[in-house]
Amino acid sequence: MLYRESGQFKTSYQRDMAIFPIRQDRWSLIAVLIISVFGVPLIASDHVIAGYLVPFLIWSMAAVGLNILTGYTGQLSLGHGAFMMVGAYSAYNLAVRIPELPIVLVFILSGLIAAIFGVLVGSPSLRIKGFYLAVATLAAQFFVEWVFGTFSWFTGGMMSMVLDTPPMIILGYRISSALDNYYLVLAFVVVMTLVAKNLVRSEIGRAWMAIRDMDVAAEVIGIRPLYTKLSAFAVSSFYGGVAGALYGFCYVKSVDFTAFDLFVSLKVLFMIIIGGLGSILGCYLGAAFIVILPILINTWGSQFSQNVPADLISNLEHMIFGGLIIFFLIVEPHGLARLWMTTKEKLRLWPFPH
Amino acid sequence: MTGFTFVIEVLIAGLLSGVMYSLVALGFVLIFKASGVFNFAQGAMVLFAALTFVRILEMGVNFWLAIAIALAVMIVMAIIIERVMLRPLVAQPVIILFMATIGLNYFLEGLAQAIWDAEVHGLEIGIPDVPWMAVLESTNILISLFDVWSAVICGVLVLVLAYFFQKGRIGRALRAVADDNQAAMSVGIPLQQIWAIVWAVAGMVALVAGAIWGQRLGVQFSISLVALKALPVLILGGFNSIAGAILGGLIIGASEKLAEVYLGPIIGGGIESWAAYFIAMLFLMVRPQGLFGEEIIERV
Repeated sequence: MLYRESGQFKTSYQRDMAIFPIRQDRWSLIAVLIISVFGVPLIASDHVIAGYLVPFLIWSMAAVGLNILTGYTGQLSLGHGAFMMVGAYSAYNLAVRIPELPIVLVFILSGLIAAIFGVLVGSPSLRIKGFYLAVATLAAQFFVEWVFGTFSWFTGGMMSMVLDTPPMIILGYRISSALDNYYLVLAFVVVMTLVAKNLVRSEIGRAWMAIRDMDVAAEVIGIRPLYTKLSAFAVSSFYGGVAGALYGFCYVKSVDFTAFDLFVSLKVLFMIIIGGLGSILGCYLGAAFIVILPILINTWGSQFSQNVPADLISNLEHMIFGGLIIFFLIVEPHGLARLWMTTKEKLRLWPFPH
Repeated sequence: MTGFTFVIEVLIAGLLSGVMYSLVALGFVLIFKASGVFNFAQGAMVLFAALTFVRILEMGVNFWLAIAIALAVMIVMAIIIERVMLRPLVAQPVIILFMATIGLNYFLEGLAQAIWDAEVHGLEIGIPDVPWMAVLESTNILISLFDVWSAVICGVLVLVLAYFFQKGRIGRALRAVADDNQAAMSVGIPLQQIWAIVWAVAGMVALVAGAIWGQRLGVQFSISLVALKALPVLILGGFNSIAGAILGGLIIGASEKLAEVYLGPIIGGGIESWAAYFIAMLFLMVRPQGLFGEEIIERV
């Protein structure tokens, strides 16, 4: 009843090409935005904001980046952690070495540096494909970890592995509280999601999808594979880089190369698979799932923890996490986004069965 | 010691350590050949097999009986994996199967350490880790006898696997499945049974790899990370070639050791984490399907 598009006519080309053509979608999106801007400080405690919401938003952004590369362009990548790491370290170095640079510009620049790195990593993708490319992106992961772990230039000559981030100041206002950080991250995520949503339904997004579906055929109909693949790598690693910088500056308040290891790359990959490949909404659903799941397992485990040793709990956590992933893939291989689609279809007809 | 014998020594040590990488890579190849699945959980399988083996040994069980029990455990595990995970995922895109094996990786790592424990266990499989005296005396080159033995074991394993894949009913069925899943099914080859067999064989290979790596490093969690060292071997040799896994291992092992000795001091050491990947990528630029991989033919 509520979700029905009857009576909403598309009377112009503009209306036909609107980003959210259905009125209910627009309204619920605006409602979500209003809640996340005005509602969150009223409902959520600082602990919830800093501990759950900020990482959720940052992981969503990283997932959007990987989804552009893997979900939309079909290039399997196991090196997303490397892009995040490059972004985080670029942001740290820019902020420390050029203190007069505005912090927003620092984040964007570090995204651009990550994008350049992404193009370098992606350059073999014309020749190497599929799982071979996936293993090749692993090379980037290990190489970047090694670079930041070995050369002290990147850490400002400091021997300590964990670097505290400098304070962030925007127009004279110092970002300090959990809520400030949340708003900064939210602003980035909203703007970049909007850009991503528009990118994937524009000319370049369609080229990406053509390459994903079959790159030889796409080449035949006049899509430049080099340009298309590399642009996907660039955009994807830009998102990863900004997410990495935000992760360092707004979430953990420090930059540390061990925070972006291979398992981070796998985690982001899980997010987009569970959320849904080739879906922007799916990135958010997947990120929420992966961020919330360990918390749920932890609280569930702590209820029994009186008589269970701690290392067994952590092993059981691994087992439940792995088991749930397999379970999800069996039940809904197309991800939560597909589940949402079927729900929408049902809602359209409700209360009638057909 | 002259420079030349040093080079030879590094080269031989590299080649022999490469054989140990190929042991792990073999497990990947077997499963990829038969089902087109890139089995990320191979490292966890090595850990699981080695932990099972070492814990049964520690209970005071006879060496050969312990091997038999560990083998049985791996076979049961393969059947369970096929029943629970692979069967419902038939005909899904390969990336979904790949992700499922990553989930399996987490699950097995947790399971192995929950059933047994996360301690470091010393493992003694009866091969002494001493220099080969005969060679040392005659040519002054230091070769570990343990490395030589593991190379021999690996060679035997490859021969057995090659025979297993070529001859007999199961061998023919395996090759048919490797060639085309659907066509094999349509002529009446029980796909599910074949998959269970392949996973069981991969489990056996994991047990051998786990036992040998276990004596080298001690049986512990980090043994599962050996799989990451085997990945460059895998892409260099090609995902679906047993011979490729061996040759890839030799090339990676030798060049990695040489790079570490001669390049490492110049650019700051610790390069073994990525050097192998770079070497593999150089080869891939020339042959995108690996040295012995099936040529990728693309049709529109």
